[in-house]
Amino acid sequence: MTTTAPRPSFTSQASNYLDERTSISTMVAALGRKVFPDHWSFMLGEIILYSFVAILLSGTFLTFFFEPSMTAVHYDGSYVPLKGVEMSAAYASTLDLSFDIRGGLLMRQVHHWSALLFIAAIGLHMLRVFFTGAFRKPREINWVVGFILFILALAEGFTGYSLPDDLLSGNGLAIINGMIKGIPLVGTWISYLLFGGIFPGDDIVPRLFVLHIMLLPALVIAFIGVHLVLMVVNKHTQFAGPGKTNDNVVGAPIMPLFAAKAGSFFFIVFGFLVAIGSTFTILPVWDFGPYDPSPVSAGTQPDWYIGFADGALRLAPGLESEIFGLTLSWNILLPIAVLGLFIVLVMFYPFIEAWITKDQREHHIAERPRNNPTRTAIGAAGVWFYAVLWAAASSDLIATHFHLNVFQVTWALQAALILGTIIVYWITKRTAIALQKKDREILLHGFESGNIRRLPGGEYVEVHEQLDEYQSWKLKAYESYAPVMVRPNANGKITPATHLRSAMSRWFFEDRIEPITRSEIEASKHHD
Amino acid sequence: MSAEDQSAPREPSGHEQSVVVHDRGAAVEQTDAFENPGLPPHRPRQTDLHPHKERRAERQVVGWFLLSMLGSVLAIVAYIAVPIELGNMASVRANNLFLGLAIALALLGIGIGAMHWARQLMSSHEVVEERHLTRGSEPSRARAVEIFQLGDEESGFSRRSLIRNTLIGAIALVPLPAVILFRDLAPAQDAVEAIAHTMWRPGMRLALDPSGAPIKATDVTQGSAFHVIPEPLTEIGHNEGYLDQKALAAVLLVRLPPERLFEEPGREGWSYDGIVAYSKICTHVGCPVALYEQQTHHLLCPCHQSTFDVSHHAKVVFGPAKRALPQLPITVDDEGYLVAQRDFTEPIGASFFERLHHVDPEHVPLSAAETENRA
Repeated sequence: MTTTAPRPSFTSQASNYLDERTSISTMVAALGRKVFPDHWSFMLGEIILYSFVAILLSGTFLTFFFEPSMTAVHYDGSYVPLKGVEMSAAYASTLDLSFDIRGGLLMRQVHHWSALLFIAAIGLHMLRVFFTGAFRKPREINWVVGFILFILALAEGFTGYSLPDDLLSGNGLAIINGMIKGIPLVGTWISYLLFGGIFPGDDIVPRLFVLHIMLLPALVIAFIGVHLVLMVVNKHTQFAGPGKTNDNVVGAPIMPLFAAKAGSFFFIVFGFLVAIGSTFTILPVWDFGPYDPSPVSAGTQPDWYIGFADGALRLAPGLESEIFGLTLSWNILLPIAVLGLFIVLVMFYPFIEAWITKDQREHHIAERPRNNPTRTAIGAAGVWFYAVLWAAASSDLIATHFHLNVFQVTWALQAALILGTIIVYWITKRTAIALQKKDREILLHGFESGNIRRLPGGEYVEVHEQLDEYQSWKLKAYESYAPVMVRPNANGKITPATHLRSAMSRWFFEDRIEPITRSEIEASKHHD
Repeated sequence: MSAEDQSAPREPSGHEQSVVVHDRGAAVEQTDAFENPGLPPHRPRQTDLHPHKERRAERQVVGWFLLSMLGSVLAIVAYIAVPIELGNMASVRANNLFLGLAIALALLGIGIGAMHWARQLMSSHEVVEERHLTRGSEPSRARAVEIFQLGDEESGFSRRSLIRNTLIGAIALVPLPAVILFRDLAPAQDAVEAIAHTMWRPGMRLALDPSGAPIKATDVTQGSAFHVIPEPLTEIGHNEGYLDQKALAAVLLVRLPPERLFEEPGREGWSYDGIVAYSKICTHVGCPVALYEQQTHHLLCPCHQSTFDVSHHAKVVFGPAKRALPQLPITVDDEGYLVAQRDFTEPIGASFFERLHHVDPEHVPLSAAETENRA
């Protein structure tokens, strides 16, 4: 490894020093020119990573000043309206951080905005992966890892939101307390242990603080590590395109182009977050006052990413049953069950689809959503379902802003949750199939050029032009699946699982548009 | 670079992994598919074609980096020159704005400059890398199996089943002490008992929240709503459970015109001269039910819109709550102040599993016809 030049440069000496102690050249050789494909949607995952770095940096600053304690103090800071008010040390230190520390408010707002971007980017990234089928073999495990990260991010968000111990966050905890109490058998005790006695107690803020700054971040970092290692092992998916196949990766090498783009994008994301944090107020906790179980103002809402859970609580029917002297709160259990089922379906979707297709091959081409109409429709229906629950968390604001009756808004949202999901599924599926038909039409007959010609006979026609070989490849390059027949197994039996798989595959693949073949194009040319 | 159709069956190409052919399942085999046309010709950028544009891009990158340096310096200047003056909110805002914008400039300058460099000046030629199956190579798979077999043989993990099974048993039991340790997260009291009752006692005066001033029945005008706490609550310090007791005992007091007040047989004595008192904690998940609508006598929970009719014993008329708000039986003392006759006759707040065990024998439930009448 040592260079034979008479005077080795500083760089080469330093590299040699490092390599002889770490073997780092092996890693550079293996990964330095690793190729990353380029598409705007692949940037969403990067936003997650970079906003997480912004969260860690700004959050570390906050821990130097925040006091995670519910001991009551008399506020004596510079925010006049709350002077002398009795409040927890957590709330008082949040006010001091905001009003008496230079850059404290900035870091608080950067922290909160980064957290919002973090979760929003996770949602969009998951949708990108879902709708392009990028969760298929060999990436099913990484989908689950990413899904766990999503749940951890929600937990981070909720624990962080609860720390300032202001009126809104305390009210959020009151709701959590009520939900936990609704769990049969263990709920009362879980709530009692969590809050260290009766609600609100004086233990919950320090406990959530430990989760928020130690346990959960450690898990997030660990799972991000696993997620990225698996991404390197599996390599990135790419969209179908000329020269791009299931057996190669086309794009930019890490050294230098991808590293430069990714590194600069980190600074852009971070700079953007600081710009927002300095110009847009987020969660002005000083407006709400310290937590008190008695007052609450109209229009209270959680942070948007918890909205779907709050909306589910609002839309649930008011049902409870009393059996053998015990109370079952269906108005709480039902929304928890529905959300739980929804989340479990999202987590296991890759395995469900793999079971239906029994396709054992590796898939590295990201599908265009239209080329898998049923999956795309399921995804769109899921998005709608989530969006209605989310909107329901603002049912009172919808009512006041549009001068509607809040009861009617709730009924409309209940209807939209059930019926709308079915309608959105159907519309999306038909739209995807229609788009596939349009692709076929373009391949067979060309696209409309906008060029109107008058024929000698006086007739006007629009000239159709053919796509070139490179442009048309994207429209041709996909696979379709056919429904599977019910067949007896080796023992001559037809199991219920076989029936189910056959029925599911009919649901998935009965309506399908096959990719175009050479003979079809040939036939259409002769026809012309 | 391979130009074969992504959907075509994998050709054995000399790479030893390619011998593995995975089942295609329900995927339709395409025999008549198109060939991948291969990478299109590379399109040079303006900066590749025109040296003056290349030089301009270079100057722009340098410009952004210089701006970033300026931003860093400005941030330090802002930290010192725009300080926070105690009590001056405008100075907080100015500090936040200038400090933040300067830091943003410092970061964005690096980001935009480096991005411009990458996009305009670095080689834009696409690089192609072959993929291989994710599974390990056949020799390493064989070696992995061999290693596990050796491990099993040398340790006797399968052979010495008694050792193995007792080890599994020991590992299964070892987390149990850790679970037990969590019992003292909360005091030794019974969890259900702790939330089953409030601090209201016979003769305890109703007082204004938060001042603690007792309320005379004559002060409660018709249509007004009072936020109420037990008078002795104010003697409890914030560090001695003030909020905990308040979260249980908070009450909303309303005076209704007698002709509008429906009273369940058995509860006639629980009100005083048209004045009724109900727990302020929602029976859904425990938010304070704080919005009183004077015209309809409805109480609305701002969290999930459960709506209670105060003129009908706070029964539920809308929303996810199931049970009426618990009523606090009240009367007046010798001096004309409103006092509680007793504690609530049932646990307040969100339902919990063991709730019915703590409903007092003297509790008067609402008749079925009343509770079923939802909007």
